[in-house]
Amino acid sequence: MTSIAIPRPAYAERPWILDWLTTVDHKKLGILYLYTTMFFFAVGGILALLVRAQLAVADNTFVNNDAYNQLFTMHASAMLFLFIIPVWAGFGNYIVPLQIGAADMAFPRINALSFWLIPPAGLLMFSGFLFGGASDVGWTAYSPLARSSGVGLDLWIIAVIILGVSSTIGAANFMVTMFRMRAPGMTMFRMPIFCWTMLVTAVLQLLATPVLASGLAMLYIDRNFGGSFFDPNGGGNAILWQNIFWFYSHPAVYIMILPGMGIISEILPVFARKPLFGYKAFVFATMGIGGLGFSVWAHHMFTTGAVLKPWFGFMTFMIGVPTGVKMFNWLGTLWRGSITFEAPMLFALGFLSMFLIGGINGTFSAAVPVDFAIHDTYFVVAHIHYVLFGGAVFAVFAGLYYWFPKIWGRRLDERLARIHFALQFIGFNLAFFPMHLLGLDGMPRRIATYSESAGWETLNLISTIGAFLIGVAMIPFIINVVMAFLRPKDQPNDPWEGNTLEWWTTSPPPVHNFDSLPEVHSERPLWDLRHGNAAH
Amino acid sequence: MAAHAVATQEKQGLSNGMLGFILFLASEVMFFGGLFAAYFIARSDAREWPPVYLLTPEQVAAGVKLEVEFWLPFIATILLITSSVTIQLGVFSIQRGNRSGLIRWTFISIVLGLVFLVMQVYDYSQLHFGIGDTIYGTTFYTLTGFHGLHVLGGVIFMGIILARSLAGQFTAANHEAVEACSFYWHFVDVVWIALFTTLYIIP
Repeated sequence: MTSIAIPRPAYAERPWILDWLTTVDHKKLGILYLYTTMFFFAVGGILALLVRAQLAVADNTFVNNDAYNQLFTMHASAMLFLFIIPVWAGFGNYIVPLQIGAADMAFPRINALSFWLIPPAGLLMFSGFLFGGASDVGWTAYSPLARSSGVGLDLWIIAVIILGVSSTIGAANFMVTMFRMRAPGMTMFRMPIFCWTMLVTAVLQLLATPVLASGLAMLYIDRNFGGSFFDPNGGGNAILWQNIFWFYSHPAVYIMILPGMGIISEILPVFARKPLFGYKAFVFATMGIGGLGFSVWAHHMFTTGAVLKPWFGFMTFMIGVPTGVKMFNWLGTLWRGSITFEAPMLFALGFLSMFLIGGINGTFSAAVPVDFAIHDTYFVVAHIHYVLFGGAVFAVFAGLYYWFPKIWGRRLDERLARIHFALQFIGFNLAFFPMHLLGLDGMPRRIATYSESAGWETLNLISTIGAFLIGVAMIPFIINVVMAFLRPKDQPNDPWEGNTLEWWTTSPPPVHNFDSLPEVHSERPLWDLRHGNAAH
Repeated sequence: MAAHAVATQEKQGLSNGMLGFILFLASEVMFFGGLFAAYFIARSDAREWPPVYLLTPEQVAAGVKLEVEFWLPFIATILLITSSVTIQLGVFSIQRGNRSGLIRWTFISIVLGLVFLVMQVYDYSQLHFGIGDTIYGTTFYTLTGFHGLHVLGGVIFMGIILARSLAGQFTAANHEAVEACSFYWHFVDVVWIALFTTLYIIP
């Protein structure tokens, strides 16, 4: 084995707090991203529990209608804009430069800017609660409702624009990093899958987020300067907002899931002790999802009657194809593997099964006649939570358990992890599976309460119990993390027998990441070394 | 072993900085794409353009007229296109190591940009409609306003380039910021040409 020596730069010592506030190290920024986004995950989760508490029984008066509208709006906004989208930037920040054998991101200071835009934007979004109420129009902010909502929506608009700037410049940073900073020998088609999914995600962010920013600017002008963009009385068009919003927000659902797919695709091969089945097919499927992602936005708008239904229905079925390809990549990887069930693998398998349900019930809605029946019912709420919780959140935890030894140098306890997984898996299905039935039974989404005569009480109560069980599932996780932090850093470079370059360096890595790099002949250089394939 | 094993990290062509900057410009294109889409949807929705039928009696009584003046923006367009040429002459100068040429052309470009902004503000003051006067006023001021902000951003960018060239920071080999600035300025120029065509020429 040959290795390539990398010169080691010198570092100045700074006070601990100043070091974290001014750092441009991708690893420290990645950790800051993870802490911040997990904080907002907790906030969004508490809001969700309040929503579920209100819906637990019929004719409930736990919160009033206005408060309820703010709760579900801020739940979705926090989870989507302040948790899921930036948490991938957190993982990407820490892992991508390590996986491609780089010393840092291409633009470390822009990287710091991307992160530091997020906490103030989050505070701005939530500051609405102090000024007569946060945004209460749903995270989709449809007009004409959004034209008359309170000042909380203005704060929300500005916050989302700031988060969009963070996301856009971060995307350019990731793209340049992966295009230009790869280790010697690592061609594009030897990049680890997680990097590929981050790359396609970055392309979607770069091209879709500014369109949302333009729409948000229009909404702000309509609300504050008397504009008529979304007001038919002045010649505007309310459906225009939906088109602009979903032109961003449909690609955005792939922004929210593709890096999760990438994490799963790193974990399954390691714990099945097999290379990923069909690496190139997976890469092309990821590109396919990215490309098709721009052609399906109007399937959110079938019932407006203002979109070309056959086209958007057909394209939506089409986007199921590359997703199906990935399913077979994952199943093919597991097939005849020497599978072990450590915590990352448990959550990865949780992702596989739950995301499959989310994919299938999503395809239902692609069929226009079916969509007319289930549009804006709890069926859609079930679908979105099966892909974003069953998919993305399970992948977040899979990634946390998988890379925790690398990032913090300590291993999380397996028994607590199993308890966490079991509680979360059961709680998740209790919370969200009944929503399918509620939706088919006609329960509309976003209603603050419902009559006892509707017959929705039992299923809603089950759903609420499930939601609180998810909350309980976080307790073993938090205990696990705290206990790990109390232990000394004892993890070797490669505790899992990983395949990719992040496992080549120490845990946690030094500031400069690598003292040396192995030769890269495939997307799994460490596997090659272990199995003596390095020479070909 | 076969050819595909010999992969190297080629550092030819665009630098990381320029690549990142071009990606940033791509995101800007998408931003203006959203605004243009709003404009064309409004036009396709309207029975006639300008949509005078949308004016309320109060707006008519207040003297609102949905009309724009052609010649002042036309002259401003010529000036902005000229400034694109001058900033490029600045880039050509520094590529040959001619720093005083860079300073001169950047200065001229800044002046042209400022004149454009002044003409735009003057043009605004002469119009008989506001941002609240139908979708016509809303789209007109939003599109030209966001473009104007980008012109202002470009003028500030060129001001920084001017200050840095006066400080002697650029050479024939090292002037990436100048190139980035010229890219940005050309982008602002191209957006204006599209805007001018859309708002003033398409009947």
